[in-house]
Parts: sequence; structure tokens; C-alpha cells
Amino acid sequence: MNTANPEELAPEQNAETLAAPPISEELSEELCDQASAEPISESRDEKYAQKTASFSGDESNAANDANAETQMRRMSRRSFLWSAVAISGTFGGWKWLSTRREEDALAWPFRRVLQVNENIARDLFSPNRLAPTFARSKINPIRTNGDVGLGKFDLNDWQLNVEGLASGETLQLAMKDIKSLPRVEMITELKCIEGWSVINHWAGARFSDFAGKVGPATRDGAAPNIRNPENLLEYVGLETPDGAYYVGLDMATALHPQTLLCYEMNGKPLLPENGAPLRLVTPLKYGIKNLKRIGTIRFANSRPADYWAERGYDWYAGH
Amino acid sequence: MKRLEKKHSLAIRWFHWINFPVLMAMIWSGLLIYWAASRPGVETTGDVYRIGWGNWTLFRFFPEKFYQNTGIVLPNGDGTFYGRLAEGMAWHFTFMWFFAINGLLYVIYLATSGEWRHLLPNRATLKEAFHVVLHDLHLRREPLPRRKFNGAQRIAYTSVIIMGALSLLTGLAIHKSIQVAWLTNLLGGYTLARFWHFWLTIGFCAFFLIHVLQVARAGWNNFRAMITGYEIVTEPDGEATK
Repeated sequence: MNTANPEELAPEQNAETLAAPPISEELSEELCDQASAEPISESRDEKYAQKTASFSGDESNAANDANAETQMRRMSRRSFLWSAVAISGTFGGWKWLSTRREEDALAWPFRRVLQVNENIARDLFSPNRLAPTFARSKINPIRTNGDVGLGKFDLNDWQLNVEGLASGETLQLAMKDIKSLPRVEMITELKCIEGWSVINHWAGARFSDFAGKVGPATRDGAAPNIRNPENLLEYVGLETPDGAYYVGLDMATALHPQTLLCYEMNGKPLLPENGAPLRLVTPLKYGIKNLKRIGTIRFANSRPADYWAERGYDWYAGH
Repeated sequence: MKRLEKKHSLAIRWFHWINFPVLMAMIWSGLLIYWAASRPGVETTGDVYRIGWGNWTLFRFFPEKFYQNTGIVLPNGDGTFYGRLAEGMAWHFTFMWFFAINGLLYVIYLATSGEWRHLLPNRATLKEAFHVVLHDLHLRREPLPRRKFNGAQRIAYTSVIIMGALSLLTGLAIHKSIQVAWLTNLLGGYTLARFWHFWLTIGFCAFFLIHVLQVARAGWNNFRAMITGYEIVTEPDGEATK
């Protein structure tokens, strides 16, 4: 920052104007290499200065200046070649990344990274970590967002289909079956993937209570036990009655105590635009996974299709 | 007489130049994400992302034209635009690893090599930084102290490390707000964590602008040192043989 500019030098000091004898190739190379090989410290700088001074002993200052300039030119050439390679590499890498084959509307290298991120998140996930809950005074008005799968529908026709059970049968449930499960209330924050968030008051049944009641299929065919999730299938898929909107959850999230099958919001029965008669609520996932108007719940061993994951978003989308 | 003086070690130069495109990728993808929450008609928490007081707003982050002209939103062809939230999130959650690892290695290197001595503020720093600012504003003539980093640089380069660490922490608090709920709560909750994360980014942009300006002012010899590692130092003739 504070060194003199070459242009500020007096003409007789400016090496460019004088035909000074160049230092030998080996010597200048040796200087460069030694300098870069040694660890950096104040004393190293001093040693370097001494070395420069001692070998230049009887030579004129102008020759010395020429040496410095020559060495710098050599180093600059090498460094800027490296820079050119690095810049091309960066640009090439960016080009490469943005032209890869897409998997579910996202270049596959990103899918791989998101998968790694998901594996880490699922490995470190603990069902004991709870989403913060809030005082009633913090409750926000309902904010409605998204209407995929919420077409014309007669609520009287609603029933809940449950598939992937230990019994091998498909179960049809009514609202009274859900409401017969212990009622749970919570005031938690719904986080939209767009970035906004609202605190709402939810009431419903724990998904884990529901799962305990219906008896999901197990990996080894033994009788299902919710307290032994290792033996349950890995995923849960949910769909709207028309099948237009669908999400997938990992079993750990589904069985988390704050994952609810919800039928009341902010103290009132769910409105149609908020998912009446029954919706999923889980603060562990972005709003996109909080499916409204559940038509089918399916326990599955393979990853269920997910509406937004097919449109370029992370499948896991978990907090 | 002129001589070469080692200024930046190879490690520092790599950390610096890797961080540059990575930070750009983080800020760019961050904008793709941020757009989704701030676009007109959708913003709720967006009203804190502005410069203003009460109902008076000087500047909102960001005007629609900014998004359109920078390609953060792309035209549908019918006069409307579409955002790139999913793409932005994928880039953000990929390049966060490079940003974190490069930053962590940089800090470890500074600590173990002893180079932190050039970088961390010391007792003389505040006074010196004041001197530098006055000097740069042409309010004071005395030459700046001749050493690797002056007081203003020490403060700036130390702050930017802290900002980087805070960006990672606030980012984690947003990204995994339940798993690290203690951290999110410490930052004042989810919305505030996003707020800090955003303003840190604006801080990085401000740092970047001033940094580039100062490098341009300092000249070619100084800039070249960040690439070759060496600076040409000119000493008065009398001291040549010291």
C-alpha cells in the first residue's frame, strides 16, 4: 500500500532505462524458490533483504533495481499464467454446473449435494429437539398461500385413505376417527420456503398417535411398534384427494411429537383454503410439506413423490 | 534501490482468491432466495429490509427494476417475470460448504502460522485507523505508517472474518432452525436471524466496494502482490546496505 510507485522514481533510478547486466538465471531462480519455500515471518523478510543486499554488493543500484524488476517480471508471468488457468477453471466449472442434465428440474450435481446435506441432517436429527412454542399473544393472523390440490370438492365426500399398513389392507377413516385420538394444541411458527413465517395456533392429533392406531407395515413383518421406528418403513407419502398435490416425509419427521394431523387453526375449524377438513402441520418442514386437505396417507419404503421436489426444490426441506 | 519483498504467502493468496468467486456465488444465490420474500405484494417481514424510519422509506431492498435488470427474475415473455428460488437454494446450500471450509482453513492458518499478528487489531490500531481515514479523505498529510497492514486494514480484515463466522451461524440458525433452536433463539428468533443474515450480506457488499476502491488507489504493485506474493520495495539509497 505504501511503497513508492515506479513512476515516481528519478530517471537514473529507473531500471528500465539502463542496460544493466542481468543476474544469472540460477541465482535469481534460487532466490525465488528459497523465498517462497521459507515460512513467512518478519525475520524471513529481513533475511531476504540481507541476501539481496549481499549478492548485489559491488553492483550499482541500477543493476540491483534491474534484478528486482527481472525477478518480478518472471514471477508475474508465472503467477498470471496460473491466474488465467484459475479464471478459466472457475468459468468452466460454472458453465459445467449450469449445463448438467437435470434431475427433477435441478442440475444433478446439486441434487447430489442436497442428498449429502439430507443424509447429514437425518443422521444428526433428534426427535427430542422441539420447535419453539409461543405465547397466545404472539399468534399471527392466518396467511393463506398455495391452492394446488384444493379444487372444487364436497367436504361430505371426504374420507381418509390409509395405505401401507401391517394388515396389508387399505383403511378408510372418517373425521370422528381422527378426533377420537388425543387432541393436541400447539402454537408454532410456520416457515414458508419463500422466506416469510407466521405463528399460528394449531389443534389436531399427533401423527405418531395416528400411526400407532392404524399400525403401519414393518420391515420384517413383525407387529408394528411406534416406539421402534427403526423397524417401520422409511417414508410417509401424503396426497390431496385429487392427487394434484403430494408430499413425502421421512419417518422421523412424521413421528416427531410436533407433527400433527390438524383440524383447527387459530381456534376455529380449518377453512377450505387452509386445508379443511384435515391437514398436515409440522414445524420441522417448510410450509410446502404441510399438505392441506389430506386424501391419502401411505407408508412406504421408497421415497414418495413430492410436488415441489419435482420442481427443483430440496426433497428433505427440513429444519 | 529496489528489492523484492514477500508480502502475501501462497496460502493466503489461495484463501483469498477461492473466497472471491465463492462469496459471489453465495451473494448471488442469496439474492435469488431473498427475492421470493421481498417481491412486492408478498413481503411481510420484508418491510424491515429497507432504509427508512416509520412510514418513510428511503430505499427498499430491492426495487423491482433491480431484480429484472440483474436477471434475478427472468422474463416469461409476456411482460411478467419468474423467480429462481429453487435454483438459488441449491447453489446456496452447495457453496456454503466451500465458504465454510475455506473460511475455517483460513482462520486455522492465521492462528498456526502466526500471521494473525499482522491482522488482528492491537493497542495502536484505533489511533492509526483514525489517521488512515483522515489521510484517505485528504484531511491529514502525514504519510501512513509503513507496514503490511495499517490500523484501518486491521479493523477491516478482522471484521470481515467475524462477519463470515456470523454469516455461517445466522445461516445455520435459519437453515436448521429447530435442530439448533438454541442458536436461533439466541439471535432473537427465526425472523431476526434472517434479518442479521441479510444485513451481514449488505456488509460484505460494502466491504467489497471499499476494498476494491482502496486496492485501485494503492496501485498495481500492491495488487500484483496478492497474485505473485511479492512487492517491489524502493528504499532510499543510503539504506541500501543496512
